[in-house]
Amino acid sequence: MVVFIIRRTLMMIPVLLGATILCFVLVDVANDPVQDRIFEIQQSTGEPVPQSTVDALEKSWYYDRSVPERYWIWLTGLGETNGDIGLLQGEWGPSIKGTAMDIGFEVSTRFWITLRLVLFATLASIGLAILAGVVSAVKQYSRTDYSLTFLGFLFLAMPVFWLGSLFKEGAVQLNNILGSTIFQTYGSGTTGFQGNGWEVFVDSLPYLIVPTLVLMLGGYAAISRYQRASMLEVMNSDYVRLARAKGVRNGTVMRRHALRTALIPVATFAPLSLSAAMGGAMVTESIFGWRGLGVYSLDAIRAGDTFAVMAYVLISGLVVLIGVLISDILYGVLDPRIRYE
Amino acid sequence: MSNTAAPSLDAEAITTKERGQWAMVARRFFRHRAAVVSLVLFILIVLFAYLGPFFWKWDYKIHSEIPSWAAPSLDHPFGTDKAGRDMLGAMMQATKQSLNVALVVAIGSTVLGALYGAVAGFYRGWIDAVMMRFLDVMFVIPFLVITGALAGAIDTSVRWYHMAIILAVFGWTSIARAVRAEVLSLREKEFIEAARSAGGSDWHIIVKHLIPNTMSVIIVSVTLQIAFAILSETTLSFLGLGIQSPDTSLGLLIEAAGASAFNERWYLFYIPGLMIILIALTINFIGDGLRDAMDPRQTMVRR
Repeated sequence: MVVFIIRRTLMMIPVLLGATILCFVLVDVANDPVQDRIFEIQQSTGEPVPQSTVDALEKSWYYDRSVPERYWIWLTGLGETNGDIGLLQGEWGPSIKGTAMDIGFEVSTRFWITLRLVLFATLASIGLAILAGVVSAVKQYSRTDYSLTFLGFLFLAMPVFWLGSLFKEGAVQLNNILGSTIFQTYGSGTTGFQGNGWEVFVDSLPYLIVPTLVLMLGGYAAISRYQRASMLEVMNSDYVRLARAKGVRNGTVMRRHALRTALIPVATFAPLSLSAAMGGAMVTESIFGWRGLGVYSLDAIRAGDTFAVMAYVLISGLVVLIGVLISDILYGVLDPRIRYE
Repeated sequence: MSNTAAPSLDAEAITTKERGQWAMVARRFFRHRAAVVSLVLFILIVLFAYLGPFFWKWDYKIHSEIPSWAAPSLDHPFGTDKAGRDMLGAMMQATKQSLNVALVVAIGSTVLGALYGAVAGFYRGWIDAVMMRFLDVMFVIPFLVITGALAGAIDTSVRWYHMAIILAVFGWTSIARAVRAEVLSLREKEFIEAARSAGGSDWHIIVKHLIPNTMSVIIVSVTLQIAFAILSETTLSFLGLGIQSPDTSLGLLIEAAGASAFNERWYLFYIPGLMIILIALTINFIGDGLRDAMDPRQTMVRR
């Protein structure tokens, strides 16, 4: 098992490298922040920008070299640098917003805010998917089954941003009616709240409810279809019939014999649902005014800030790859036929 | 049947009509009630978007004679927005742009994905290994970030075809996986061997034999791609990284409606939202019906 995990972790490295190279080249070629900034300066001063300013900008953002060289220096920090770049040395590179934004600091503070939301949403949507899928399968072709299937299709068709805006306004209305603040609809925690990790977490709970609900409903439907299909397949298998014939109680058959096997295909969808939740976090965070990674990436994209976008790509890629690894390990736990040796 | 003394063999040959594979598929599809209703609704939406503007007096542009924020009336059935734009006209244009993107993405990404998957599955070995690793790389790249970054970097105003190309270039991976899985088993079949012994080139076998035989997978994924493209395009437009004003999109209309879900201008929020849901929902049901209809294990009896 340990060997398996180590091997899989090592296999992540080329995939992650490939993803960062592809992203870096695309984002870097698509944007030219030096030109944009020069244009901005020209607009505000009304005079042509001196060559020395251009050179200084290019030097501080490493735009005085080619794209492959820039990628290399972003990754390793080897060569002639200002000491603010080189991922392997713990430096995330300069933001085009200048010293006002330290990418490493921004990313590390925002990471936990987003991870909280994404993990909650993924777990909740998988849980709901299993529940809905199993109920649908057990009551196959009943009215419950048809209603659940239709609801699943409905949520599959519903854009997260629309559902998010709807739920946000709904929560505001509910708060007004109840005269309370159960649902916090703006921000990810009380502003200026200080405390240890646990206190911060407890403080953030009222802010988490509605966004988690949105991402959960946006993400469960696809998995629940597969859960229903795999549950049906297992329920028609011989060993479940045998367990029934032996006189095992229905609930026990479902829980111990059927559900455990039926969960295996669903484990494949956990990483997919994680990456969908990462994407969904971009949308919900901007609707609910969170200062998390999703909004950070949107700002970086809008500004054409290559190094800032790359930090997000790297983190989101790592989260997804770890999700894939966990789902592979889950396979082994759920399916006794699979052994990782 | 005629009463003349025709040989019984002939009479039998006349009574059973030959049914091709596609006739069977069509028959099965039309038994799926939800799918048929969805197909009708989807066709109505397409007509609304593409033919509607020829029959409706207002277009999607801002006109000075249109009052600002008028409630729904006979003159403006969906109301008007702040700038003085007839929302029915805007809805037609927005639906049209979203459908344009969706159809181009569906076709483009399917062609790309089917070829990629077929090539990978056909050659196996190291070609397959390299191509699959590339798919892993694509999976790790956050879809909204890369598409948003490219769309956001377009200097001129972003048009629907920009969005269509960007979404198609990054949206084909799921089809490639599905087609590859099919091709892996198809390539071992006798008819491929026959084609090869008859002197068929690799390209000929992939395009003329393998891909047509994965048609059922491909058609279903086209429908799923349409839904996926609609949702991605509207999401990007909502975030301000997609189609931009003065052109319009369903995502932009919802973004403009903002927080009006529960106030007196609720219609600005719900109508474009329901349109997105309706398109994605009907497409998903059509895809579901097609999948059932094209599944060879399917019996003619629907329980």
